[in-house]
Amino acid sequence: MRRSLFGRTWPNVIAVVLFVFFIFPVYWMVATAFKQNNDIISKTPVFIPFNGTFEHFTTAVNAPNFWTYVTNSLIATVGAVLASLVIATLAAFAIARMKFRGRKSFVLVVMIAQMAPWEVMTIAVYIISRDNGMLNSLVPLTFFYMMMVLPFTIWTLRSFIAAVPKELEESAMVDGCTRTQAFVKVIFPLLAPGLMSTSLFGFITAWNEFPLVLILNKEEGKTLPLWLSSFKTAFGNDWGATMAASTMFAIPVLILFVFLQRKAVGGLTDGAVKG
Amino acid sequence: MAVHSERVQTQSPEPGKAVVASIETRAAGGGAKGSAPKGTRSADGPGLGSRLAPYLLLLPATVATIALLGWPLVKTVLLSFQNLNKRQLVLHLTEWNGFDNYKEQLTDPEFWSVTGRTVVFTLVNVVLIMVGGTLIGLLLNHLGKKMRLVLSIGLLMAWAMPVVAATTVYSWLFDQQWGVVNWVLDQLGWHSMADYNWMSDQYSTFFVVILLIVWQSVPFVAFNMYAGLTTIPRELYEAARMDGAGSFKIFGSVIFPSLKPFFLATTFLEIIWVFKAFTQVYAINAGGPEKLTRTLPVHAFLEGSSGQHYGVGSAIAVLTILMLGALMAYYFRIMIKQEDEL
Repeated sequence: MRRSLFGRTWPNVIAVVLFVFFIFPVYWMVATAFKQNNDIISKTPVFIPFNGTFEHFTTAVNAPNFWTYVTNSLIATVGAVLASLVIATLAAFAIARMKFRGRKSFVLVVMIAQMAPWEVMTIAVYIISRDNGMLNSLVPLTFFYMMMVLPFTIWTLRSFIAAVPKELEESAMVDGCTRTQAFVKVIFPLLAPGLMSTSLFGFITAWNEFPLVLILNKEEGKTLPLWLSSFKTAFGNDWGATMAASTMFAIPVLILFVFLQRKAVGGLTDGAVKG
Repeated sequence: MAVHSERVQTQSPEPGKAVVASIETRAAGGGAKGSAPKGTRSADGPGLGSRLAPYLLLLPATVATIALLGWPLVKTVLLSFQNLNKRQLVLHLTEWNGFDNYKEQLTDPEFWSVTGRTVVFTLVNVVLIMVGGTLIGLLLNHLGKKMRLVLSIGLLMAWAMPVVAATTVYSWLFDQQWGVVNWVLDQLGWHSMADYNWMSDQYSTFFVVILLIVWQSVPFVAFNMYAGLTTIPRELYEAARMDGAGSFKIFGSVIFPSLKPFFLATTFLEIIWVFKAFTQVYAINAGGPEKLTRTLPVHAFLEGSSGQHYGVGSAIAVLTILMLGALMAYYFRIMIKQEDEL
């Protein structure tokens, strides 16, 4: 394809501009977190923090209850993801591999549940949790986070299971495995990458959840997103510490996401069908 | 947040090949899926046990859905028929008041202005997201390998950024005194912006919120668009070009028809997602100034929870759910038409 120099250059120029537009807020967060205070509060912004400092991270980590919030977030998120993985694997196997009455309706419910308007159901969840004496507790959070990621987990695992060639399972059964054994010995190992990436997506969803924890938990029951959103208020104009807190909250997710995109692309059964 | 799960839901096991790809693979794999091998029975035979098996496998998921999703949904409806304020909450009183909450809302000009605002807010966001995402998707397809990688990294970072962290960063970018945006505007010669308080005005607050949402949502559309473009056979472009079609013509006659399912599905996903967006609107300015940036979910929350009018808040929530339900019904009609498999 022949194009003029101009024709070849402008897409790249636009790409660079867009790259800056999309990356800048992320960069600015990290950069601010490492800057000296007088570089943050300065009339001309300092774009690259040459004389960096970890001071803001220390401030954020030493903020009251920081480790409690980290623990809360981890418990609720990991608990939710593990529970939903177990429940979803069972359900996904049924809808991917079995024929039964009501299958279609179940799939439809899963699809609808995936779009559940949690944002406006928080009042009801609040009342339910309160009536059961479970405000400021991690129990309802874990349960509802589980439910939030469950439909997505079922849906994704379903396609992962469907992607495993049926012949593999059948030949295992011909060799004398029961259906359960065939699942555990043949399908399950092939599902590992699927389980992995699905759970990481679930992790990200639950890790970020904000509206529900906003209404349910206060004080020591907070999770990191809630802590972060109130951090601004608590620390006033300490933007360095606020950005350090944001960075600490965001970095695990950013890393997971990049990792996921690369890792999950690898074919699932590419190697499996060869033998 | 449900946000992420929705935004990635359309991904097939090969992320990156999202909506379109997954619709197609689903359709393709459909034939094999439903037909479980009834013939392959082993020792345990085809008895009652194996006929019950699928239901047993679905049992935990069903119970969880009913208890954790169905019940809150029903509870929202029940609460919306109650007079439930701080007093009743503390004293554990249940006072039914019929349709009073609904009557109050439906005759309240504020409710309608919030609704109208939410609709306009959604439209502006979705148009920007779809147009921006489509153009960037086309650009990705056009770029060389290296530049595509560079741009993808930028998009990926914006997409992956946790919402709460992103809102915090945006309030820092748009900070009145030390924010970099005001500095840039000042440098560009717009000196009145040097000390501008973005949160003091309805439109400028919305500007920040919309920029934030568009910034985070465009990557999803762009990646899907790009993935969809790679599935269009090269011959189609060549044929169109031979016929003398220009870029616009090619988009209209080749790209758009091939990717129509993608456009429909993604547009609806984005509409539903933006319509119920809560975190961005709430965390940026809590619906302020003067309640002027409240959208429906934020309004429901602030009336219900902060205002401690739980019944009223629930009525607003139910009305919001009904609107979302109408959108979703339409979305599912499209989806089901597309894949007769399900």
